[in-house]
Amino acid sequence: MGKQLLLENIDAPGINTLEGYRANGGYRALEKALKMNPNDIVEEVKKSGLRGRGGAGFPTGMKWGFIAKPEGVPRHLVCNADESEPGTFKDRFLMQKKPHILVEGMIISSFALGVNTAYIYIRGELLYVYHILEKAIAEAYAAGYLGKNIMGTGYDLDLYVHPGGGAYICGEETALIESLEGKRGNPRIKPPFPAVSGVWGRPTVVNNVETIAAVVPIVNMGGDDYAKIGIGKSTGTKLISASGHINKPGVYEIEMGITVEDFIYSNEYCGGIRNGKKLKAVVAGGSSVPILPADLILTTAKGEKRLMSYESLADGGFQSGTMLGSGGFIVMDETSSVVKNLWNFTRFYHHESCGQCSPCREGTGWMEKVLERIVNGHGKQSDVDLLWDIQTKIDGKTICPLGDAASWPVASAIRHFRAEFEDYIKNPQNIKDEKHYYNLRNEKAPVA
Amino acid sequence: MSKKEIKFSDETLALIQRIIRRYPEGKQKSALLPCLHLAQMEFGGWLAPETMDYVASILNIKSVEVYEVASFYSMFNLKPVGKCLIEVCRTGPCWLLGAEDLVRHIEKKLGIADGETTADGMFTLKTVECLAACGTAPVIQVGETYHENMTCEKTDSMLSDYRGKNEVVTHWDKKHIKA
Repeated sequence: MGKQLLLENIDAPGINTLEGYRANGGYRALEKALKMNPNDIVEEVKKSGLRGRGGAGFPTGMKWGFIAKPEGVPRHLVCNADESEPGTFKDRFLMQKKPHILVEGMIISSFALGVNTAYIYIRGELLYVYHILEKAIAEAYAAGYLGKNIMGTGYDLDLYVHPGGGAYICGEETALIESLEGKRGNPRIKPPFPAVSGVWGRPTVVNNVETIAAVVPIVNMGGDDYAKIGIGKSTGTKLISASGHINKPGVYEIEMGITVEDFIYSNEYCGGIRNGKKLKAVVAGGSSVPILPADLILTTAKGEKRLMSYESLADGGFQSGTMLGSGGFIVMDETSSVVKNLWNFTRFYHHESCGQCSPCREGTGWMEKVLERIVNGHGKQSDVDLLWDIQTKIDGKTICPLGDAASWPVASAIRHFRAEFEDYIKNPQNIKDEKHYYNLRNEKAPVA
Repeated sequence: MSKKEIKFSDETLALIQRIIRRYPEGKQKSALLPCLHLAQMEFGGWLAPETMDYVASILNIKSVEVYEVASFYSMFNLKPVGKCLIEVCRTGPCWLLGAEDLVRHIEKKLGIADGETTADGMFTLKTVECLAACGTAPVIQVGETYHENMTCEKTDSMLSDYRGKNEVVTHWDKKHIKA
């Protein structure tokens, strides 16, 4: 097991309470940070190389550096706890088990950014976690870590939790801001960026739960030491949500740079494929990222072992690579159907499209309809090209990345598994045959 | 529900006032989503037009501002639902690991289709998108509770537990409202 910076002591008794968290070294980073110059904290985060853990992987220190500081205008930090990307459940796990690491990270980050009111926007379905966070926050107020004149430094901070109402789109930062203002979650056109005009028109930084939590070890160990963990520009540790046909689904904290093969097959992590089956495909970073067949997820097109890092997973671009995304690692065995899975994902994007941009609103529904007829045995020869055509007309043509996120799974499934689509269309009699495994990748069989 | 019944309890009203103070002066509309959850908790698990008008009056915003928000977010029910809303995750990993079988099982067992309510008003079945619990798939949410690693057998005993309790279960659980 590699370094555990976020999940350290996750099963220690009482770690969910302030007392238990402190007994395991909690709030030491806050005490240290409050003695630092806020700009120096931003510098440490820059040095750490930390990249946004919500999916986009944008350097956090740089994002913090963009925040506008007009005189007399309050600014805000908002934690994005709207975890909804299919395959991703790390934030829920962390908040539920160790809520104080998020609270501590929020206080340090707010101090660094000169924020006096901060919010945690949590998806509505996680109301039970909302109450866990409220309790943790109440404990932090009682201990003098929140409120007026925190630990005698003269710094004031209020921290609140805000529940959403069930909308994937609110994980997009400008939609989240609209939602925090009590509106429909329609993403805003950028610019202006939230760093200039965010919630209530004020400068706002929005960061993912895991990103904020990572600030705690960064302050504790220093940015330089944090950057020594990992590989290249993928510094530090990453929480991976592992699900699907594996022996040990769950949340794992990995040091970036371990091989994908190790992650899937080692007993430390996923423990291999369930029921002795073979690996067929992996969606490595949440439903939005390109699906890769077994050979390409384990080895890059250049023939190198693929690593769990931003760069290695993206190696080969969309032709033969994918993305680390949110770290939602969905494993599919040889019995699963890539086409049916795609129909399922496409239904999701259609359901979750906010409806603002026509390419996404209409295109996702159209793709769902085409896929539905294919999986029901009524596909036409022209349908595969039609799907390809529709996705090219959504990708990059919408206000927010939901359109891209809906296109990429379609494009990658066709790119790597066209033969399976054609089998559905040519041999619909096989669809109901449970023994007919759709092992149909373009000319290649799944690898062990 | 007659109009005169629409009034939050004193405890909930006090909570709403505390929530409103979390946002800047004049930005009380920000409290809308928490208020709608609380309204579903107090008024039978769904939002009648009168309930939404009442929430609008509390937040001093127009009714249409409440309608447009309530109709956008999937957790707000604009039609009556049973005492227990059974929400089965149907996305990605849950689907790979048998969510569809669970849905068919519940449909057969309760004699209702997705989106319908049993004749006795006890259960409504709803398929929902990813609940962020893929590691313990398949998952069913009832109120604030996640029922994880579900099987048809576990679903049966879950349903009979809720039937035995015979209570209205909502996402914002009443037990979190302090007197």
